[in-house]
Amino acid sequence: MTHNIYLYILVMAGVTYLIRMLPLALSKKEITNVYIRSFLYYVPYACLAAMTFPAILHATESICSAAVGLATAVIAAYRGKSLLTVALIACAAVFIAERILALI
Amino acid sequence: MKNNDYRNGLRDGTAVALGYFAVSFAFGMEASASGLNILQAGLISLTNVTSAGQFSGLAILSAGGTYLEMALTQLIINLRYCLMSFSLAQKLNRRTPHWHRYLMAYSVTDEIFALDAGLDHPLSPAYHYGITSAAVPGWVLGTLAGAVSGNLLPGFVMSALGVAIYGMFLAIIIPPAKQNRTLLLVVLSAMGLSFLFSALPVLNSVSSGFVIIITTVLTAGIAAWLKPVREGTAAADTNSEEDT
Repeated sequence: MTHNIYLYILVMAGVTYLIRMLPLALSKKEITNVYIRSFLYYVPYACLAAMTFPAILHATESICSAAVGLATAVIAAYRGKSLLTVALIACAAVFIAERILALI
Repeated sequence: MKNNDYRNGLRDGTAVALGYFAVSFAFGMEASASGLNILQAGLISLTNVTSAGQFSGLAILSAGGTYLEMALTQLIINLRYCLMSFSLAQKLNRRTPHWHRYLMAYSVTDEIFALDAGLDHPLSPAYHYGITSAAVPGWVLGTLAGAVSGNLLPGFVMSALGVAIYGMFLAIIIPPAKQNRTLLLVVLSAMGLSFLFSALPVLNSVSSGFVIIITTVLTAGIAAWLKPVREGTAAADTNSEEDT
């Protein structure tokens, strides 16, 4: 069975909108359950970390250049550079690493 | 007054738009590499306005995953917006009409939320719309540009841009993890767990969408159980990011 791309998009957009809309529309009072608050607080970090590693290792032509990009991004992010800066520095590092690897 | 709020939003949103352009450019390229046409890629960005959710959605879509898998992945990955919307609901005037709430919900993203939350006065819908008017065009145009040029750009450029989105994710998670030991452990455990899923024989047959769901729920669930966040800490953290 083949899936319809527009149905996929509808599901994506619908779920995402409902998550954003329901709390805004329904909540007139604050969530007080500490466990739920804590869970929601940790979710973005766990989620972004899980999506980044190990997927980043397969994002470029070779694992070596990807590892260079990863290390560079970690250092730049650790130094508090902005999102855009970290992204661009990581790209530049991959580009340079691949040029050097090509020479070896 | 309303006009001023809108204009301030536009101004603050311009920086967001520039950052969005670069990231959504990568999304557009990936979408066109997955076989989507330009309009489909643009439609996803226009209707979703979320980087992590769109990238994972794309992975499920190109792997031919089920609609249920798609819905669950979006639910888990975008669950953080739930907390943000709760927080914004607190910041709005109680009497803000419902139609504003329905409209504002469209563009609750990490970056737009950060700007909204950074205000030291109640949130006016006009300010939120101002940011949205700058940021969403940046997001959609970046996607279209990426989808158009994805096939034209030489391989080495595509390869280098492949890490852009991950660089952005790292820039979001590392600075707070530097300050907070529990967050650092959450980040490292989630990376370790998703690595196990990719490396171990049986586990690596689990689709990438579910790996993200399982890893996120387990890591965030255990962290919340062992290290519950005290009242107000999460809000204080998001505020401090904007104190410049």
